[in-house]
Amino acid sequence: MTKIWTMIRKEWAEVFKNKFVLFSVAFMPLLFTAIPLGVLYSMRGATAAEALGLSEVPAEMTALCGDLAGAECAQFMIVSQFLMLFLLMPVIIPVTIASYSIVGEKRTRTLEPLLAAPISTLELLAGKALGAAIPAVAVTWGAYIIFMVGTILITGSPALTTLLLKPLWLLAMVVVGPLLSVAAVSMAVMVSSRVNDPRVAEQVSALVMLPVLGLFMAQTAGFIQLNQGFVLWLALILAVIDAGLLALAIQLFQRETILTRWK
Amino acid sequence: MTEFAIQTENLTKHFGRGKDVVHAVEGLSLEIRPGEVFGLLGPNGAGKTTTIRMLSALIGISAGRAVVAGHELGKEDMDVRRKVGILTETPGMYDQLSAERNLAFFAALYDVKDIPGQVEKYLRMLGLWARRDDEVGEFSKGMRQKLAIARALLHEPPVLFLDEPTSGLDPEAARLVRDFIAELGREGRTLILCTHNLDEADRLCDRVAVFKTSLLALDTPANLRSQLFGRTVVFHLAQPGPQFVEPLKANAFVHSVEALDNKLVVTLDDPEAHNPALIRRLVEAGAEIRFVGEVRRSLEDVYLRLIQKEDRHD
Repeated sequence: MTKIWTMIRKEWAEVFKNKFVLFSVAFMPLLFTAIPLGVLYSMRGATAAEALGLSEVPAEMTALCGDLAGAECAQFMIVSQFLMLFLLMPVIIPVTIASYSIVGEKRTRTLEPLLAAPISTLELLAGKALGAAIPAVAVTWGAYIIFMVGTILITGSPALTTLLLKPLWLLAMVVVGPLLSVAAVSMAVMVSSRVNDPRVAEQVSALVMLPVLGLFMAQTAGFIQLNQGFVLWLALILAVIDAGLLALAIQLFQRETILTRWK
Repeated sequence: MTEFAIQTENLTKHFGRGKDVVHAVEGLSLEIRPGEVFGLLGPNGAGKTTTIRMLSALIGISAGRAVVAGHELGKEDMDVRRKVGILTETPGMYDQLSAERNLAFFAALYDVKDIPGQVEKYLRMLGLWARRDDEVGEFSKGMRQKLAIARALLHEPPVLFLDEPTSGLDPEAARLVRDFIAELGREGRTLILCTHNLDEADRLCDRVAVFKTSLLALDTPANLRSQLFGRTVVFHLAQPGPQFVEPLKANAFVHSVEALDNKLVVTLDDPEAHNPALIRRLVEAGAEIRFVGEVRRSLEDVYLRLIQKEDRHD
């Protein structure tokens, strides 16, 4: 554990000196928080149908709103859609950091002394992955808290606040978000160890966002509706995927191949 | 296999498979004593860096056996890594971190107990203490190299591998690094020096191994010179030398005699033992000797002869 923490602190000391990385970590959460809050603010005082731009609110939507009615129901629907963005954040934010992690060591020629040190592949990769995932998750949680507080302040609706704090979203933020982040960085670290160019690593690693984007689209289009059971299953599946990806990353991290084939 | 700092038996490394196989190192057997400064010499592609990488447990071995600092390669690699320090061909430091932060990071990976103390010790020793807070990206090549040496020493390894330690350095920086290596040798560490600078190897190494995939020669630089060239003594005379060639050739211990103006160039095995007899012979023959000196062959001469011989053999 000590060496993983040593690795994480080195990663942070290095990447957060890079202004571009700092910008990429801070910009998206700010944007993803400001947009829904702006939308909510603009909807104040409107009826549900007006807020949603519909002649009347569909019955399925009313059912999902539970005790909420009128504008509160519309606000809840809008907020629910935007909450998916908070699951995208822990996937998108760390990819830039993680995809540079191994290929960056190759470029600066620090990989050989690093591999010569008594650190296991698991410690090395876990340090790299967590070094990218922890800031992303922390920033996501921070943005989520700001969003919740902003929603309460803008809507002033205790019923809406209660619905937003229900286990579904807490589970999504506290469990699914970090699991998604670990999956993204494991993938990025794996790709980073197999390529020579950080741009290639970032491009390929970005593919990991596709399933989450698909989920977002499916929810927006009404094909799926997130509920507690679905999120629980998602968390379990992601935990298995994370373990598999980390094991695969360790398997694919061939010290000798990386050292001798990369010039 | 424990009394040596490093012992290898038929150490072999192949890369690739089938017809694409590359034989990087073939059947290398070495015994390096604790405290010895040992030079690995050979042309580019001879397998020097591969050997160092194998012996520092960075890459696996294809065949053979090796024990480094009491631990067997392939079985106790993590222990080997803890016991050896390595200066890689390129210094490889984190440019955006300070010198102190770079060393502290590696010291933590090596489980160094007193990290601030060790970092300060080596930064001071290598004259970098005043620049400890500066980002390494601002450092000159010589400073980076010194920092990389400090990194290799932080955990006080009994065995230290130095791959091209003075490559690309200006003469002043190279001298500084060389002096530091000599100091490390005097401290009793086992040093394995991999270099193309044969003068450096000659000055620093107790023994050298010349190899090109497999071992061509292994001995002290002085013994290698003697084995390949014998020893050459020059007699500076007051008169032309040709008339004295035959009297000297008559001695069984003399391998060759050549007259060059007023000089006689004599090759023999043991000048300390036989010079008095030669001097007597020359004086008896009427020669007036002004000066006697020995022609010292360089390690470069030895190296080139061995490599050329191997190339002809190939």
